[in-house]
Amino acid sequence: MTMNHQAVIGLEVHAELLTQSKMFCSCRVVDSTTANPNLYTCPVCSGMPGTLPVTNQRAVYLGAMVALALHCEVAAESIFARKNYFYPDLPKGYQISQYERPLATNGHITISTSAGKRKIRIRRVHLEEDTGKLIHRDKVSGAGSMSLVDLNRAGVPLLEIVSEPDIRSASEAVAYAKELQSILTYLKVNSGNMEKGVIRFEANVSVRKTRSEKLNTRTEIKNLNSFRSLRHSTQYEIDRQISILTAGKTVEQQTLGWDEAREVTVAQRSKEQAHDYRYFPEPDLPPVQIDPVWLQKIGDELPELPTEKLERFRSMGLNEYDAQVLVRQRSVAEFFEGAVDRGSKTDPPIQAKTISNWLTSQLFGMLHNARIEIEDMHITPAHLVDLLALLQSNSISANSAKQVMREMLETRATPQEIISEHELEQVNDVASITKAVEDVLRDHPEEVKSLLSGKDSLTNWLLGQVMRTLNGKANPQIVRSLLKKTLKREADTNNTR
Amino acid sequence: MLIAGDISSVELTEACLRRIEATEPYLNAFISVSAERAMQQARSADHAWVEWRRGKLTQQPSRLNGIPLAIKDVLCVADITATAGSRMLEAFMPAYDATASARLRAAGAVFLGKTNTDEFAMGSSTENSCYGPTHNPWDQQRVPGGSSGGSAASVAAKSTFGALGTDTGGSVRQPASLCGVVGLKPSYGRISRFGLIAFGSSFDQVGTLTRTAEDAAILLQTLAGPDTFDATCVPTQPPNYLDSLSEPSDLSGLRIGIPNEHFVGGVDAEVEKQVRAAIKLLAKLGAEIMPIRLPRTEHALPAYYLIANAEASANLARYDGIRYGQRQHGKDLWETYVNTRKTGFGPEVKRRIMLGTYALTTGYYDDYYLRAQKVRTLVKQDFDTAFDQVDVIAGPTTPTTAFKLGAKTEDPLQMYLSDIFTLSANLAGIPGVSLPCGMDENRLPIGLQLLGPAFKEKRLLKVAHKFQLATDWHQQDPLVEN
Repeated sequence: MTMNHQAVIGLEVHAELLTQSKMFCSCRVVDSTTANPNLYTCPVCSGMPGTLPVTNQRAVYLGAMVALALHCEVAAESIFARKNYFYPDLPKGYQISQYERPLATNGHITISTSAGKRKIRIRRVHLEEDTGKLIHRDKVSGAGSMSLVDLNRAGVPLLEIVSEPDIRSASEAVAYAKELQSILTYLKVNSGNMEKGVIRFEANVSVRKTRSEKLNTRTEIKNLNSFRSLRHSTQYEIDRQISILTAGKTVEQQTLGWDEAREVTVAQRSKEQAHDYRYFPEPDLPPVQIDPVWLQKIGDELPELPTEKLERFRSMGLNEYDAQVLVRQRSVAEFFEGAVDRGSKTDPPIQAKTISNWLTSQLFGMLHNARIEIEDMHITPAHLVDLLALLQSNSISANSAKQVMREMLETRATPQEIISEHELEQVNDVASITKAVEDVLRDHPEEVKSLLSGKDSLTNWLLGQVMRTLNGKANPQIVRSLLKKTLKREADTNNTR
Repeated sequence: MLIAGDISSVELTEACLRRIEATEPYLNAFISVSAERAMQQARSADHAWVEWRRGKLTQQPSRLNGIPLAIKDVLCVADITATAGSRMLEAFMPAYDATASARLRAAGAVFLGKTNTDEFAMGSSTENSCYGPTHNPWDQQRVPGGSSGGSAASVAAKSTFGALGTDTGGSVRQPASLCGVVGLKPSYGRISRFGLIAFGSSFDQVGTLTRTAEDAAILLQTLAGPDTFDATCVPTQPPNYLDSLSEPSDLSGLRIGIPNEHFVGGVDAEVEKQVRAAIKLLAKLGAEIMPIRLPRTEHALPAYYLIANAEASANLARYDGIRYGQRQHGKDLWETYVNTRKTGFGPEVKRRIMLGTYALTTGYYDDYYLRAQKVRTLVKQDFDTAFDQVDVIAGPTTPTTAFKLGAKTEDPLQMYLSDIFTLSANLAGIPGVSLPCGMDENRLPIGLQLLGPAFKEKRLLKVAHKFQLATDWHQQDPLVEN
């Protein structure tokens, strides 16, 4: 971006709500990327004549919970509206959504950016139903190309979260989106699994002169399904608009799609072709009424949210980066907290910082390499603490601990079982280490001589020899101190001679 | 008689089916007749009565067990086509019962067939059916009214003991009036709309067409009540509609309001005369008659058509040829939509979709849809004020008796005016009943409309019942086959 232009971005986030049944019927909500097509449908969600919607109370509950977590004002009464347009994945010819009176308004979240913390305001949060899916087939047995309709997803509850145009860069857009994803998964209202399409984005992008308050014509990029496409499409669009403005031309208001393969935005509809959705209040549904006592109860039961957790983790002595890594995913944070809790009860206690280090610098790397999600791994917080306790008491070496951790990932065995099986118990016995040190020094008189005459680097080599004699199980600190002591004695003896 | 076993459901059903066979060539009241299924239902109903008489059932079957009924073809009955009078749904076979159908089925009623209707219930004469118009049993050159014209005609012709209709702006009461039967439109929310093919969702209500108010009460008792499949259906249990009918009391203490606005120009002199006579009779039965005002009556019609058509424009969007109903392929998706809807819908439906779409368009929404909603609130207030003073409102159901087929098809506005006294009840969501109260010089039935406050169906039915005990208008028969 050139110095004299600034991006203005507003994001619409569509998140599926983890309810048992759909928004307006009792059909099960299933993974629409794997379920057999049209198996989870009924006369209501397939738009059969005469059928009527009935609001899923659980979806309202989850929506209110998210709204509170986003610091929104939840409306005592909100209403559903019909959004009218024709498309084969929309069975009724209209989508039941909320328009003039949404579930909640006026919220905000705080995101961390390279420039520090920023507050992004949230304009509104509303409930709606998802559409079905079209599957395009190119040529089917000589019949030419065709599109098939799958309505498993039709009617799945969606929460739309609309930000104010407070976002100023592609990376801020991603930071905001990730923060929302984190909040949604913390509240357990959404799996956060982007590959399943359970969170989708639409970005409104415009560009203006820096320090200008005026908003320029914006374009809308639809159907973004990953953080990557969110980042790349908004950046592409910012750059495209700047070059248009720099050339003295004006940006045309239009709806765009993102071509994943070519990494370009492509025009879908111009302003003239824009839909008139002809919103009007849904006559089949009474207003959503929210009792203040009920709302208060939801507020009281809200779990600790990522930003609050981050502060608490930092107060445990974690640095900002590690705290952020641990907070991002609720499952990771819960594992860490489980371990911290257990660690505080061991004697002597294991510090949160130690646990954090082992998680961020060892375990996560191993999980990543093994392509295992933290939810699916065999290691429990208790076993991790047991392992760290053994390390702290010098029962095993740090190297052995890593080896044990890898084994724990692969098997269901406890650290103690793995240590016994592989005889990884650390040798702390001073007498046997002293003997090994003396044996090594006696067997390598030349090296000892060089070392004593000033070649310090040989210390580590000798240390390695001692460790090897003891099958790597000796406590390296004891080895080092005994080696130093013995060498010093050797030197003194030599000098006095 | 069914209870005692003096007559069987099979006999009743056979009689109705014979009557349908005899009158259909003249009336065209049915879109489909399901004789075989009806006989099956009749046999199992008879079986239930036998079991009951043998003491094998712990609970007496419903009074409707074994009674043959007809159902308007905008209400779904599982595995029987539901056409809504439209080419679009010519072969549409719902897999589900409407709640109203399901409750009748559970009560053991026998379904004779599906009755003719204006396409998607849009009309006042049943001439807008793509299955041909229904003829009035009293004069086959005349319309039966609509849109529940098939139901009204079949009840008048004694082809059935009763029929379900739907009333969005008068579609039960107006044909009841024109065919000389009792038409009850309950309060909005009293009977579930689930399975009612929607026209104007905030107005649509299932209603009944019967020969007597007592029959209407029996049907309502079975149909009314909460339904988890309709969020607009009220959650309260209905009262007993039948107990007050047998009370010996007259109408003393009942205040009946007469709105001057329902006797204005356009009302046939003969109609006015008979309705005023009926009101006099109600006074004789003990009611106190007083004039009231419904000043917003003249604004009700435009408000009704704006809102109902706006809702219809969305309700009918689902008929796109993608999942069911007819489909006319085009070169692309858009053309398929256009061809499907162009050939699937008739002219009145298209007119209303266009009007409704227009009323919701950005830039016109505030002036049309929103303003109409404000008028609706005012019309409601009119009734609230009136019902502070009176218990029931009485007047003519329609300005004229049955008009000739084709008389108003070229002039939609004239057609719309035939609902002028009925549609304000739909705007306000209140119940109304039309009952026969006389004949004009052509021996065409005249209807008296009674309106009551929301959920006071019981009051209306009692007044109607007392009126019928004192008159014999409902016992007059048309001569169909001549």
